[in-house]
Amino acid sequence: MTPEIALLLVQDGISTGAIYVLVGLGIVLVFLVTRVIFVPFGDVVGYAALTLAALQMKQMPGTVWLVLTLALMATATEVHALLRQDRSHRVPKALMLYGLLPLLPVLLVWLAAGRELPMLVGIALTCAITLPISPLLYRVAFRPLADASVLVLLIVAVAVHFAMSGLALVFFGPEGFRTEPLTRAFFNLGAVGVSGQSILIVASSAIISLLLFAFFEHTLAGKALRATAVNRVGARLVGIQPSTTGATAFLLASALAGISGILIGPVTTLYYDSGFLIGLKAFVGAIIGGLVSYPATAVGAMLVGLFESYASFFDSSLKEVFVFGALIPILVWQSMRKGSIEEEIEEEEHEGRA
Amino acid sequence: MRRWRPHPATILAVAFIAIAPAILQSFTITLMNYIGIYALAALGLVLLTGCGGLTSFGQAAFVGIGAYATAWYTSVHGGSPWIGLVLALAFTGLIATVLGAATLRLGGHFLPLSTIAWGIAIFFLFGNIDALGRYSGLSGIPPISLGPLSLADTTANYFFIWAVLGAVMLLSRNLLDSRQGRAIRSLRGGTAMVESLAIGSFRMRLAVFVLAGLLAGLSGWLYAHLQRYVSPAPFDIRPGIELLLMALVGGAGQIAGAVVGAAIVVLLKNILQDVLPPITRYSAQLEVVFFGILFVVLLQRARGGVVPMLRRFLPRRDPRKPALGPPLPRRAQAASAAWPVLRIEGATRSFGALVAVNDVSFEVRSHELLALIGPNGAGKSTLLNLITGTLKPDAGRVVFLGDDVTHLQPRHIAAKGMGRTFQHVKLRPNMTLLDNVLLGTYCRTRSGLLTGALRLDRPEEKSARAEALRQLERVGLADRFAEVAGNLPLGQQRLLEVARALAADPVLVVLDEPAAGLRQLEKRTLSDLLRSLRSEGMTIVLVEHDMDFVMNLVDRIVVMDFGVKLAEGLPAQIRADARVQEAYLGGVA
Repeated sequence: MTPEIALLLVQDGISTGAIYVLVGLGIVLVFLVTRVIFVPFGDVVGYAALTLAALQMKQMPGTVWLVLTLALMATATEVHALLRQDRSHRVPKALMLYGLLPLLPVLLVWLAAGRELPMLVGIALTCAITLPISPLLYRVAFRPLADASVLVLLIVAVAVHFAMSGLALVFFGPEGFRTEPLTRAFFNLGAVGVSGQSILIVASSAIISLLLFAFFEHTLAGKALRATAVNRVGARLVGIQPSTTGATAFLLASALAGISGILIGPVTTLYYDSGFLIGLKAFVGAIIGGLVSYPATAVGAMLVGLFESYASFFDSSLKEVFVFGALIPILVWQSMRKGSIEEEIEEEEHEGRA
Repeated sequence: MRRWRPHPATILAVAFIAIAPAILQSFTITLMNYIGIYALAALGLVLLTGCGGLTSFGQAAFVGIGAYATAWYTSVHGGSPWIGLVLALAFTGLIATVLGAATLRLGGHFLPLSTIAWGIAIFFLFGNIDALGRYSGLSGIPPISLGPLSLADTTANYFFIWAVLGAVMLLSRNLLDSRQGRAIRSLRGGTAMVESLAIGSFRMRLAVFVLAGLLAGLSGWLYAHLQRYVSPAPFDIRPGIELLLMALVGGAGQIAGAVVGAAIVVLLKNILQDVLPPITRYSAQLEVVFFGILFVVLLQRARGGVVPMLRRFLPRRDPRKPALGPPLPRRAQAASAAWPVLRIEGATRSFGALVAVNDVSFEVRSHELLALIGPNGAGKSTLLNLITGTLKPDAGRVVFLGDDVTHLQPRHIAAKGMGRTFQHVKLRPNMTLLDNVLLGTYCRTRSGLLTGALRLDRPEEKSARAEALRQLERVGLADRFAEVAGNLPLGQQRLLEVARALAADPVLVVLDEPAAGLRQLEKRTLSDLLRSLRSEGMTIVLVEHDMDFVMNLVDRIVVMDFGVKLAEGLPAQIRADARVQEAYLGGVA
């Protein structure tokens, strides 16, 4: 390996790592606020990238059907729940929130599909239609189980992932897609060149991480999310609705997934199931951070990106084996680091009769 | 020897399986072969998820390891399938041990997450190794032969698979009804209780994880020799979740659930494969979508699974009084009176800036009933956790029976003879009263996993049951021994916890607010019980708020306030102590 190749791999690793950072932050955010290990996160990333690809090829993205179905199911679930609790006066609001609001981006994409669109319009539409996916999934699949154990929620998450990836194959077909580059700029820095695309990815990732940090530190909604993460019961006692914070967390996750999908689209060819692997690699990063710390997750995700880049240079067909195999020593390290029973004392309280 | 009473439903099921090849078409028998093979792997998940409270999405990967081990040995090297079986079990056992050792110490969700990751890793590994035929797999695997009989045709395989499955189900049932099986069932719902009964929770988790792996390995071995061909696809993460679906559809924690679940999923799949292709060209994908949605609905609506639902329609049988044996050997109680059983020396523990326990010292003498009292937030529970080893002090020592136990794990302290109850009752609501109390006898009995599965543990088990029933009798719950603990009101759950602690034959029992939630009559039962325990030579420490209860019962009292020891003495002295009155009443103005 020459120094040039080593540097190239570092550059490649950092730009993939920067995307894993965004995905990892979303995963940790959702987990801390709702205790859901959101395995389908990666699928949402995939949907975003494939939606943009479809729009660029002047086709109708299948995401339209996904959001439409989810909105129907969510509306039905919500209205049913409201009627059963005898709160029928809230039905109109529910219809607006779960029925009409998600249909807005669907309508826009419907109208725009098949036309020649400027890059930015395509990106905006992709973001808009990705946004409702996670909150709707939350309403349909996870909120009815809000009191279940982490384990049950995880199993549901895996089941949702399977449904999502099966549908992705129906919607987008088995072919791989790559979206048009966001920028073709290229900079020569001495011996190595740096693509504008990489700089854009790293810069976006950094800016969004900072925005997320500012949101948590300086806004009431952000503080409510943090409060829920620290103490669910306590947050409820001071009037923070767990279902609202849950929906907010999933909405933020959707935004992060949309942006990640748009950023990764031009870098690699994506298939209907590529998103899952992206999500899983971000999980490895999040596990390095113990699934609790945002900065540690960011560092972990970056490390995964770098490791993957070197692993694929070493043997590209075995890179998944390397990346996922690396999880074992990470977990050993994690268990040696805490290991004692003290941490588990609080954990068991909410394990009810599953 | 007691007469074996199989359930009528069991007899019917066995009879059906025996005559099935005579009445069903050969295609159905083929399906039943796969049902049997999947049921074996799903049974592993029933034990792991339903009983042990752990989840693995990588069970199919273990099936794959078993299948590839025997396939490689028998097709590439022309070896005997029986040696292939040994290899299959050795590989799955070894890999499960390594993976389990790495992940099982961590919190509940790390294991399932890592199973997704290594499940995928193993799939890619199979697909990239030349010796294993890469993605095209290995073919030419010979059938299993039993002496002169070769299991080449469907029916022969059918009887073999279902005989193996039946044997494994019987062994599993025996295991769950034994000392180690109960310990496995107690894993679900937090480790504090498990460790307080001298059960090594990590060891038990590892045992059930490896057991599940071995069942998968066995299933893989049968699969390879039935199919005569292996490729990576059936061992991916997707079949892994299908196995989990089988275990949960059937009813997690139900041995029969593995078979029922496997049958439901295999038959549904078969129906979908008939129905979908004419309507859509995406049948395979929609099948996945269907199972994904089915899984979500199942977990939202019927988390218990099918078997418990069916059971409601079956005739209920009266519980039989368990067969009893001679009493278990007892531990020597602390000999002479006034010998310090427990000594706390300068114990200090802080959480951040809050010093919860600050330089507290006192002694508990043998045959003494000592109460630890104090206002809310005085640090009583923290002190109790320091004594039982659940928390470690920042400074100071805890000496129990003359040995420094400050740095011992709770289970080792428990094994030395310290029993405890919890402020928030920790029972296993789905286990019977008898089984809950039997958990207490874990440290007084010896039987291992294999002894339990083969029913060689019966003499010891009878003695343990006699002991558990005796303790249930003491707290007045003996006639309800076969009910599940979750049905009891809170007060009686507390008494059940006391019975469980006593079943361990402790030298010292530490009771955390035993009278909270008890009615007047129950309180009297409890205080009578504690008095009689003291007269038998047991030493007791209790934390309590109910002053009437404490004052008329205990020998000595230690009062805590704001983390420090405020006073120590006889009940009458404490009652007269001005500082104590001030702490409780906020000062006499």
